[in-house]
Amino acid sequence: MATAALSNAQLAPGQAAWRRFRRHRLALAGAVIILVLVLGSVFGPFLLPFDDTYIDIMKRFAPPLSGAHILGTDELGRDVLARLMMGGRVSLSIGIVAMVIATVVGIVVGAFAGFYGGVVGAVLMRLVDAVLCFPTIFLLLTLAALTEPGLVTTTVLIAATAWMWVARVVEAQVRSLREREFAVAALAFGSSNLRIMFRELVPNAVAPIVVAATLNVAKAILLESYLSYLGYGIQPPAASLGNMLNNAQIYLTSAPWLAIAPGVAITLAVTSFNFLGDGLRDALDPRMNIP
Amino acid sequence: MARYVANRLAQAVMLLVIVSAIGFAILHMAPGGPLSQFAVSGQMTQEDLERVTKQLGLDRPLPIQYLDWFGRMLKGDWGKSYRDGDAVLSVISSHLGATLELMATATIIAVLLGGWIGVLGALRRYSLFDSLATVGAMIALSIPTFWFGLVTIYVFSVKLGWLPAGNRQTIGDGSFLDLLHHLIAPSLVLALVETAMWGRFMRSSMLEVINQDYIRTARAKGMPEWRILTVHALRNALLPMITVAGLQLPTLLGGALVAETVFTWPGMGRLFLDSIGYRDYPVVMGILMFSATMVLIGSLLADIFYAVVDPRIRVG
Repeated sequence: MATAALSNAQLAPGQAAWRRFRRHRLALAGAVIILVLVLGSVFGPFLLPFDDTYIDIMKRFAPPLSGAHILGTDELGRDVLARLMMGGRVSLSIGIVAMVIATVVGIVVGAFAGFYGGVVGAVLMRLVDAVLCFPTIFLLLTLAALTEPGLVTTTVLIAATAWMWVARVVEAQVRSLREREFAVAALAFGSSNLRIMFRELVPNAVAPIVVAATLNVAKAILLESYLSYLGYGIQPPAASLGNMLNNAQIYLTSAPWLAIAPGVAITLAVTSFNFLGDGLRDALDPRMNIP
Repeated sequence: MARYVANRLAQAVMLLVIVSAIGFAILHMAPGGPLSQFAVSGQMTQEDLERVTKQLGLDRPLPIQYLDWFGRMLKGDWGKSYRDGDAVLSVISSHLGATLELMATATIIAVLLGGWIGVLGALRRYSLFDSLATVGAMIALSIPTFWFGLVTIYVFSVKLGWLPAGNRQTIGDGSFLDLLHHLIAPSLVLALVETAMWGRFMRSSMLEVINQDYIRTARAKGMPEWRILTVHALRNALLPMITVAGLQLPTLLGGALVAETVFTWPGMGRLFLDSIGYRDYPVVMGILMFSATMVLIGSLLADIFYAVVDPRIRVG
């Protein structure tokens, strides 16, 4: 134990983090699965002889492994695997882009609130608290009902309901660091407030930001599936992992495979990002231990 | 104590004002504003719309309109449903019972099962049980609730035929056993995520407590282990769970919406989705505000109750 601590101390921080991360086998597995899912949904469609929106009414409800269609066909005779791959593209893209938007918004709000404090900080952070009062799905559905559904709308709306945690993390960090010597020194050197905020203070919060961002991808993929399943996200004929389950309930008795593949794919993707986030938390900052 | 409660109450009122302002902003974000229903129906001419706008005071400055709207919300006048003209608040309350029934059952399952898993995981830290529980909880938190519902229906209703596939009761029946029979599947589905959360929080809370000095003191005194665990450890580990109950309310409400949709459960979540489908904005906004207020009051009560049982909190 003592030697491990000693050898860790001698390593560069990045190396030590990598060591801790490698020990977290579930996080590694998560990273590998994410890689497979990304590669599969990016390159998979080129390898398949079927188009995801091609309707073949003669081959409706073909069960899996019954010929050319590995995962079978749906109620319109479309290839389930092809739709799964294209749906994976859509769902993963939404997850990642929504995470980027939410993270940027969260960093900006948190940095301003933490740096200026006082009235600005109070107003911004009460706004964060207030948005957190709305159960996410209710807020998301209301906003979705008032806007035109689509890829961009879905992504932006999901981001709009996910930036608050990043803002809280960044605000706490910036507030606790803004009086420290290096920040005061930067001020004395004549650095602008913006420079101090985003070049000196925010980088100190990189570890929790990365963790929150990774967990946000998981959350965004999950939210997309809820929204599309309920009919207010990605609209057919385009596929998303969520809207593939849209009709699955009607055909649950006759064609259960329609429900299995997309559900497993969502669970796999979300679990992987959650494990990755968990592993990153352990690796980047062993002191952070929020359940 | 009174001071803490007053402080916390003032915070909650301020939050309610911001929450309602957000709600008001969303209402006005609707294409065509609060009158969009009429604007798209084509039944009204432009002049009609302008006249109604004036009549309803929608031409006044937004802050004035907001104050008016907020005042009416406080008085319980939440508008009328576009669909049948009923008062929004009475529409909501007629669906609330079914939702509360579902949420309460799921919470009881989650507290008992999750609490047990969490305590056992903490006592046997890093054991096989603990590892499986940790991984299982993470997977449970990653499964889309609606999909888990579909799988449950497929297995227990379609394949085994043990449980009904939806609704709150058989038409014409409605006996206690019939209600219970219908409650099992949706409450278990809703309880999945909750159980995982309670298990995780309970585990970390218990871990924190059993490493405290007073537990070691109790052991040193020769107190029997079961007494240490129940009287000293568990009692103190349960305290922070009050906060968890408050924190979990948004997730629980969201989960209930999804479970109600899958199992055609006649609750508030299902009403919400139906209202969105009908573009019944007053009801949609009403439920949005109602759920946010519920969360606000829930966390307020959790904080106050926590302060009552744990005097250390009041100082901070």
